[in-house]
Amino acid sequence: MLKDITLGQFFPMDSVVHKMDARYKIIITLIFLVMLFWGQHLTSLIAGFLFVMLATICSKIPPKMLVKSIKPIVPILAVTGFLNLFMLKGGKTYFAWKFIEITEQGVQTSIFMVVRICLLIAGTSLLTYTTSPIVLTDAIESLLSPLKKLKMPVHELAMMMTIALRFIPTLIEETDKIMAAQKARGADMESGSLMQRVRALVPILIPLFVSAFRRAEELALAMECRCYHGGEGRTRLRTLRSGMRDYIALGITLLLFTAVIVLNIMLH
Amino acid sequence: MPILEAKNLTYTYSIGSPFEKTAIDHIDLQIEQGEFVGIIGHTGSGKSTLMQMMNGLLKPTEGTVLLNGQDIWRKGCDRRAVRFEVGLVFQYPEYQLFEETVYKDIAFGPKNMGLDEKEIDRRVRETAEAVGIAAELFEKPPYALSGGQKRRVAIAGVMAMEPKVLILDEPTAGLDPQGRTKILMQLAAYQKRTGCTVMLVSHSMEDVAKYVSKLLVLSQAKIVCFDTPANVFAQGDSLEEMGLALPQITRVFHNLRARGIDFDDEVYTVKYGAELLLKKLAERGGGSC
Amino acid sequence: MESLIKIENAHFSYPAAEENAKPVEVLKGVSLEFEHGELVAVLGHNGSGKSTLAKLLNAVLLPTEGKVTVAGMDTKDEENLLEIRQHVGMVFQNPDNQIVATIVEEDVAFGLENLGVPSDEMRVRVDQALQAVGMYAYRNHAPHQLSGGQKQRVAIAGIIAMRPDCIVLDEPTAMLDPQGRKEVMRTIKLLNRDYGITVILITHEMDEAAQCDRVIVVDHGTVRMDAPPEKVFSHVQEMRALGLDVPQPTELCDLLRKAGYHLDPEIMTPEACADAIAALLQ
Repeated sequence: MLKDITLGQFFPMDSVVHKMDARYKIIITLIFLVMLFWGQHLTSLIAGFLFVMLATICSKIPPKMLVKSIKPIVPILAVTGFLNLFMLKGGKTYFAWKFIEITEQGVQTSIFMVVRICLLIAGTSLLTYTTSPIVLTDAIESLLSPLKKLKMPVHELAMMMTIALRFIPTLIEETDKIMAAQKARGADMESGSLMQRVRALVPILIPLFVSAFRRAEELALAMECRCYHGGEGRTRLRTLRSGMRDYIALGITLLLFTAVIVLNIMLH
Repeated sequence: MPILEAKNLTYTYSIGSPFEKTAIDHIDLQIEQGEFVGIIGHTGSGKSTLMQMMNGLLKPTEGTVLLNGQDIWRKGCDRRAVRFEVGLVFQYPEYQLFEETVYKDIAFGPKNMGLDEKEIDRRVRETAEAVGIAAELFEKPPYALSGGQKRRVAIAGVMAMEPKVLILDEPTAGLDPQGRTKILMQLAAYQKRTGCTVMLVSHSMEDVAKYVSKLLVLSQAKIVCFDTPANVFAQGDSLEEMGLALPQITRVFHNLRARGIDFDDEVYTVKYGAELLLKKLAERGGGSC
Repeated sequence: MESLIKIENAHFSYPAAEENAKPVEVLKGVSLEFEHGELVAVLGHNGSGKSTLAKLLNAVLLPTEGKVTVAGMDTKDEENLLEIRQHVGMVFQNPDNQIVATIVEEDVAFGLENLGVPSDEMRVRVDQALQAVGMYAYRNHAPHQLSGGQKQRVAIAGIIAMRPDCIVLDEPTAMLDPQGRKEVMRTIKLLNRDYGITVILITHEMDEAAQCDRVIVVDHGTVRMDAPPEKVFSHVQEMRALGLDVPQPTELCDLLRKAGYHLDPEIMTPEACADAIAALLQ
């Protein structure tokens, strides 16, 4: 059943990382990403690995969850690895047959790229594993709030995001129901040509859209009745608070980042 | 031979996960041709799961469903054909209307059955009439109809497949008293005319009691009883313990019985109650003025 | 003292769907007053105009003719809009389509956030509101994990956190199972009794109307009856003609009365009915 799919990646736990201010978590993740891609040297990979390891231990997230997050991108990893392996030429040649040639540089870059992508996925997954989607939205709104001065609809975007998160489970359940109901009327979704299958979606999509619009209309009315009038003068129940642990975490990340920069320059 | 039969039927959701839940727990059930069965039970008692197993939308985790004595999950059985024989109307069926016109929407099921134009036309007209949808509405888009009309068009859409068994999940939910009575009366008339089997899920004992020939009470994934309304309502207290309210009229007569004023029969419609009382009052003689 | 809500000769028409068609008149001159602390049911079949009437009460709709005042404020006056909606909160039929946030307590806070209430005070008010509807234990749940009745109680908590004088509930139980209906009815009666909140319940269910102190019967855009429930339901034939039900005990007594027996026409409960019949049989 569709509704059995877990939504968002949030993995609730009682840990230091879970308790951190989401804004700091986002900033730290961004620094981590820059570090991973800026350094063209092995040091950035080692630093990245250290970072992920440290964060995983502190978050109490079982490492197998990280492995699970990498699973869906294995095909991408394979393609990246293969392309780099065969396309890049330079250094010693390990293997040559007709036009296929595997060289030292090819091997190095392909390993480098694969590890880098793995670390990238693991790092960002840690952010979503340890932060609920709603808090993440709040944090993004807060971080982007300076843009409000430039007339960017930051609040509106965050509100849309919240409502989307709220209604995803509802609409998934609804899709399940509509599918079952049309199947009961003999709709055939499992056989036929591609064209027939696409056409078979019509009896599901139309009711789903109609229902989504009806919900939107009713929700808008309910929000208005609860005095919603945009982001102006709004306060929040849960305010984001930063504390010592956030400063320390940011400090460690920055330290690691500086180390990578320094080592990169020195080793050049 | 019963038209529809469940043997040792079980359904468990999310097996192996922490959310594992048995919605239907080893039940046996026999539905005879031409019966009008009311199904009652509170939310979570397993009603919806049972219904979806009856027409092959859900595959039982254990046990079998027999249609005309044949297992619907046997090898080579066409489950789509099963769904045409056991029509299922979901809750709030008007949310599934999707065609541009009322006519086309009712014709969707028969069309899927591969019937010819003439037969489809006959079925659409007949079922529309059965649910009181006038031919003038055929070319209107479904959204232009009233809530009650939409509901009836959606029910007609399943009836038009002319199933041997028609199962409806709370066809009157959200309607006002007039709308409820209309649908229930049309259903009763349809059942009488076609002689098909109807299974009706409802929360309202008052509504169900008036029309059904048998009542199936579900609680916590098991069948509590499956009997005539009179015999079911006679169990009064145990039903109330399950959170199922008796019709108020039945409560009046149970109250009278507690005072030693007994009637031979179980009362669950006002008309019958008044009849019994008037007879008794006449026997006592006088009182009338 | 001035009435909480006063409707004076209100008319309302929806604009015609097609050109050259007449606008559809839904309310045809309704005058009503609602006092502080009342528990009122507005009873009518679908299409009787009762939902439109409800929407006039907090300025979601404005009367095309006539006047609606809430705590002395005219609903036509744009400046009063936020204050009127704070005075008169509204709960709708579909519990799913009025919950905005992904966590129960954040949804209850939604109205307060819009009003700019400081977070510490908000915390207190949210907790109190959740306790009042008996949903405090679920404050960290996601809405889709709740039953229909629970969602509806969360929606009610979201309104009472704003400390309104009055809650208008537009068929709040129509989509619920009997258990959910009971929960919601128990909650609104408690809010009326213990918190003195005026409750206006729009419904087509006679058993819910029977639990209120005053029943207003609406039909074709006009008020047909306005009396305590036992008075209203004693008009069995008239109610039937309006497409409404009466309690079964009332109906039974009515049938017996027609046969010439003396019975109080205002009997509503099975117990009272059994009492009267037992007395008759003595």
